[in-house]
Amino acid sequence: MATQHTKEVEQQISKGNARKYFFEKLSSKIFLACALLSVISLLLIVGFVFYKGANPFVTGDYSFLSFIFGSEWVPSEDKFGIFPMIVASIYATMGALVIGVPVGLFTAIFLAEIAPKRVAKIVSPAIQLLAGIPSVLYGVFGLAIIVPFLQDNLGLARGQSLIAVILVLAIMMLPTIVTIAETAIRAVPKSYREGSLALGVSEIGTIFKVVVPAAKSGIMAAIVLGLGRALGETMAVILVAGNSLIIPTSLTDSIRPLTTNIALEMGYAAGTHLEMLFATGIVLFSFILILNFVLARLTAKGGH
Amino acid sequence: MWKKSLYFVCFTVLFTILVACSNGEETADTQTGGSLVTISGSTSVGPLAEKLAMKYEEENDVKIEVNQIGSSAGITNAISGVSQIGMSSRDLKQEEKDSNLQELIIAYDGIVVVAHPSNPVKNLTMEQVKQIFTGEVTNWKEVGGKDMEIVVVSREDGSGSRDAFQEIVGYESGQLIKNAIVASGNGNIKTTVAMNKHAIGFISFEYVDESVSTMDINGVQAKAENVLAGQYELSRPFLFVHKEDVPGSAKQFMEFILTPEGQKIVESAGAIPLTK
Repeated sequence: MATQHTKEVEQQISKGNARKYFFEKLSSKIFLACALLSVISLLLIVGFVFYKGANPFVTGDYSFLSFIFGSEWVPSEDKFGIFPMIVASIYATMGALVIGVPVGLFTAIFLAEIAPKRVAKIVSPAIQLLAGIPSVLYGVFGLAIIVPFLQDNLGLARGQSLIAVILVLAIMMLPTIVTIAETAIRAVPKSYREGSLALGVSEIGTIFKVVVPAAKSGIMAAIVLGLGRALGETMAVILVAGNSLIIPTSLTDSIRPLTTNIALEMGYAAGTHLEMLFATGIVLFSFILILNFVLARLTAKGGH
Repeated sequence: MWKKSLYFVCFTVLFTILVACSNGEETADTQTGGSLVTISGSTSVGPLAEKLAMKYEEENDVKIEVNQIGSSAGITNAISGVSQIGMSSRDLKQEEKDSNLQELIIAYDGIVVVAHPSNPVKNLTMEQVKQIFTGEVTNWKEVGGKDMEIVVVSREDGSGSRDAFQEIVGYESGQLIKNAIVASGNGNIKTTVAMNKHAIGFISFEYVDESVSTMDINGVQAKAENVLAGQYELSRPFLFVHKEDVPGSAKQFMEFILTPEGQKIVESAGAIPLTK
């Protein structure tokens, strides 16, 4: 009787175990499938863009070099040169960096080191909210406020210009730079600051000579991520850039970055024109890849 | 083992999804039972064709499929027989005419040159329009306006409206002044022009409102009557092109467009009906 009872109990336990193991296995498979989904999407997107974009250079007789360095983009006359757009993308991104990095870095330092808790509690969420604003709204803001402002106050004939793009992008990259740089600065051990202050260094001196260098890799990561945001931004830029096909020589020239070229013409493009827009995507993607590579190197160093 | 089967499952799922997607349209067509009319072509004619098709489908057991892929692609489809009807917002080129296509004008559309309301210039000759858009004239005072720079606003390359405008005015895409602002869509052009007192652009009749001022061309006002009288030059026909041996259902649909009821839809869609 007693042995029978224990057998029953054992059976129940093993049954329960079997079920447990089954769910264990099942859930791990579900998680794996989810993880695979993002990898598959990446492969599909990259594969599709490269397959479509490489086509004119592989099967047609277009040269990739004259695509990159050509300065004429007239799809209806079979001229595809994206050099002005590459230059425009680089200028716009760099310009945004020049404004966005100092402002973002100082904001992060202020929030992490200087600001009283009460102030930080208001400013921090505000900056995070800035990151959540849909990018097209930045564009509308730029078109309704910045563009007319430039027209009226600088006497420009066209407010849609490199400087307008730079201003919009600088605002857009702020949240990325501020939040990541702030985290990096907060992660610097307190003992560093205490040691520096104990040696008689002023507070600002401590921040710039000790804290910021210690948080360097995190801050660099913040800058690179901000760069990526600026480089890939489309909807906001398309409204304020003017999309002219010239190599910009001044801040007041209207520009067409790589992203807006794709978004602007995709609707009506067919045949080779369409494939060339995908090829533009390849160039853009290569820039982003390089940035990510740089980012990986930076964070690898930071993690010791 | 597990890994392999999992990959297998993933790919099967993916494959089924892809297949299901690509088959979706065909099955939908066969289910309706009625005959199918396939139309493809101009994105300018497309919205009008969709409206006509919707109304026609309500009253007849026909399914009409409208694909907006651009005038040239639509005409090619009509020639090759991929589509029964091709839509075009420009006149046929000679080699297209040679391939035995029937043309049917279903409506007209006018293109208006617009500027900022504060601009005193209200009339331009076709030659002046060309000079402005190709960059030969860059200051408003050269065409009788104030002494200020002209900012040209154009549609993007590939747009049917831009093609038609360039063809009528007489310049090529590559000749467009390089620092022209390029905007996508009629609405976008209107906003850009309305916000910039230096600007000049072109939009479709249906988009005109008081936020921009319209230009007379060679002294002729941009009005539907002037288009129909053949006096206003910046206009284009909306064409349906097809081979002679299209099925009866397609022919009936085209006949419907020419009826007063069909032309009423043309007018409500913002295009210019054939008679007024």
